[in-house]
Amino acid sequence: MSSSNLIQDIINGLLLGGLYALIAIGYTMVYGILRLINFAHGDILMWGVYFALYAVVALSMPWWIAFVIGIALAGLLGFTVEKVAYKPLRSAPRISSLITAIGMSFFLESLAVVVWGGIPKSFNIYPKFFNRTLIFGHVRIQMLTFFILGVTFILLLAVLWLLYRTNTGTAMRAIATDIPTTSLMGANVNNIISLTFIIGSMLAATSGIMWAMRYPQVQPYMGFVPGMKAFIAAVIGGIGSVPGALVGGFLLGMTEIIVVGLFPNLAGYRDAFAYVILIVLLMFRPTGIFRVYSEQKV
Amino acid sequence: MKKVFVILSIAMLLASFAFGAGTIKIGVAFPMTGNIAAFGEMTLQGAKIAQALYPDVLGKKIELIVADNRSDKTEAANIVSRLIDYNHVVAIIGEIASSHSLAGGSIAEKAHVPMLSPASTNPLVTQGKHYVFRACFVDPFQGHVAAVFAYKNLKARTAVVLTDVVQDYSVGLSNFFIKDFVAMGGKVYREFYQSGDQDFSAQLTDALSKHPDVLYVPGYYPEIALMARQARQLGYTGPFLAGDGAEAPQLIKIGGDAVNGVYYTSHFNSAHPFTSIGKKFVAKYEATYKTSPSALAALGFDSYLLLRDAIKRANSTDLEKIAEALRTTKNFEGATGYITIDKYGNTIKSAVVNEVKNGKFTYVTTINP
Repeated sequence: MSSSNLIQDIINGLLLGGLYALIAIGYTMVYGILRLINFAHGDILMWGVYFALYAVVALSMPWWIAFVIGIALAGLLGFTVEKVAYKPLRSAPRISSLITAIGMSFFLESLAVVVWGGIPKSFNIYPKFFNRTLIFGHVRIQMLTFFILGVTFILLLAVLWLLYRTNTGTAMRAIATDIPTTSLMGANVNNIISLTFIIGSMLAATSGIMWAMRYPQVQPYMGFVPGMKAFIAAVIGGIGSVPGALVGGFLLGMTEIIVVGLFPNLAGYRDAFAYVILIVLLMFRPTGIFRVYSEQKV
Repeated sequence: MKKVFVILSIAMLLASFAFGAGTIKIGVAFPMTGNIAAFGEMTLQGAKIAQALYPDVLGKKIELIVADNRSDKTEAANIVSRLIDYNHVVAIIGEIASSHSLAGGSIAEKAHVPMLSPASTNPLVTQGKHYVFRACFVDPFQGHVAAVFAYKNLKARTAVVLTDVVQDYSVGLSNFFIKDFVAMGGKVYREFYQSGDQDFSAQLTDALSKHPDVLYVPGYYPEIALMARQARQLGYTGPFLAGDGAEAPQLIKIGGDAVNGVYYTSHFNSAHPFTSIGKKFVAKYEATYKTSPSALAALGFDSYLLLRDAIKRANSTDLEKIAEALRTTKNFEGATGYITIDKYGNTIKSAVVNEVKNGKFTYVTTINP
């Protein structure tokens, strides 16, 4: 592999890794606070993209308002999902909420097939500017790369600020350790949990819109693979840890691209590599790269 | 109250049996949702046009029972079982992707229910089976057409072949193309991906470093569209060549400008119908759907007519007799040409090459077997 190819691969890897990281941040935040693996995360992502798409197609809004609407409606959807599906099970065994999350994921996918139809749609509502490429010799960088990396870092900082610099964040971290005690301390547990879901879903929709800008194919099952990969990224980084999600996302994206770049014949087994990394890492560091809460009740 | 309800529902059940007895049920096993949903939609539209023009056989109405395989191999087998065991169909039109037809075909074979695939071109689909047929040409021919077109028309000498490793269709077609292209003196490099992948940047970076004259992508439209976009972003300006899996409006909707310069081998072009029934089909389709029919719509149309013709010649809905009639189809006039099914269940027909030009599927040439 020539050096220009390697540089191109690293740039491609940054782009893919940035997308994984962005999705993983939302995933890991909800897990870190509620200890719930929200399998519907990828599907809320998909709904957010559809909301944004239809805000432009059906209501002919400008693209940036559509993005905001898509993200806001996804937040509302996350709020509803939590109230309907997860809240009644808060005191039930953990496995019940996990199964409910899987059921919710199927439900949201099937509902999308009914509402939006099963045919893939094109996400071509954003300005052409993002598709422009910068050329340095043999290396090409899509404008979108900078945008995605920028958004990822801003959201990472915003989530960290929320968790560690605000009262709400303190309450969120308290809920992560012990719900009854937190409510005794005067925090409104229901509101905080709703807020966590709303923020998590808005993060999902944001990452979904970025994903659709890079891979402009919108269909009801589009959230499954990114959701799965982001879950792996979050586990690699140490699920529950926000910086861990970022590291895990970049590690996964970069590995997938570099492995294919080095061994083109193995490209068909690219997903297998993601799982192999996960298995090997969990063998040596069962809590992921960033350890969160060593004593665990799960 | 409850009693009335029970009586009513029994009455309705009986009525539905009585009504059902007057129809001949044909199962339709297509991908109506998921990755290649556009294929299911287009093919079904074609079959429905045929049904509108020729709604009955043996004095009974033909009823199409549609089942969705969700673009999934496992589900592809499940729905064939369901159509046979639950709906008791006399024949099945399906499936579309070769890997789906392989999964569903073995179930139909066991139950001795004739199954006619509109578009599965992989040779393995009908191999060793007596009840599985197809309305389209096979991939050794399609790969040959692509190789000839790449070498003679596109003047390509170096090709990179991108194979979808989970689709039997793509693996088969890649191999047939490579065999013929290398035999003519061309040079081939290979890259791999799998259905559902969205990022091809690593494969394309490697592929483009070989300076190919053409990228041959015998896969399905969702991946081809995304791949074309990413290849253009990496600076590739040359042509793509694909198989019949490229043709769907979504190729252009998702691929945008990037798919201009995608050539593909196919069964049919609505601007150049081969037969008079083809012209009739195009007219009826355009009047109904306000758009031109794709090759898959034409194949859906032909599949319905082939089955109807077989039931008519068998003069019965007996499964064995329908299968035997299908096996002896000779010079049947369909929209995609005159169809003869050989004893292996395959058909021999001409192929067309189309190109995406200014966002439209444009006819380039016809290549005969």
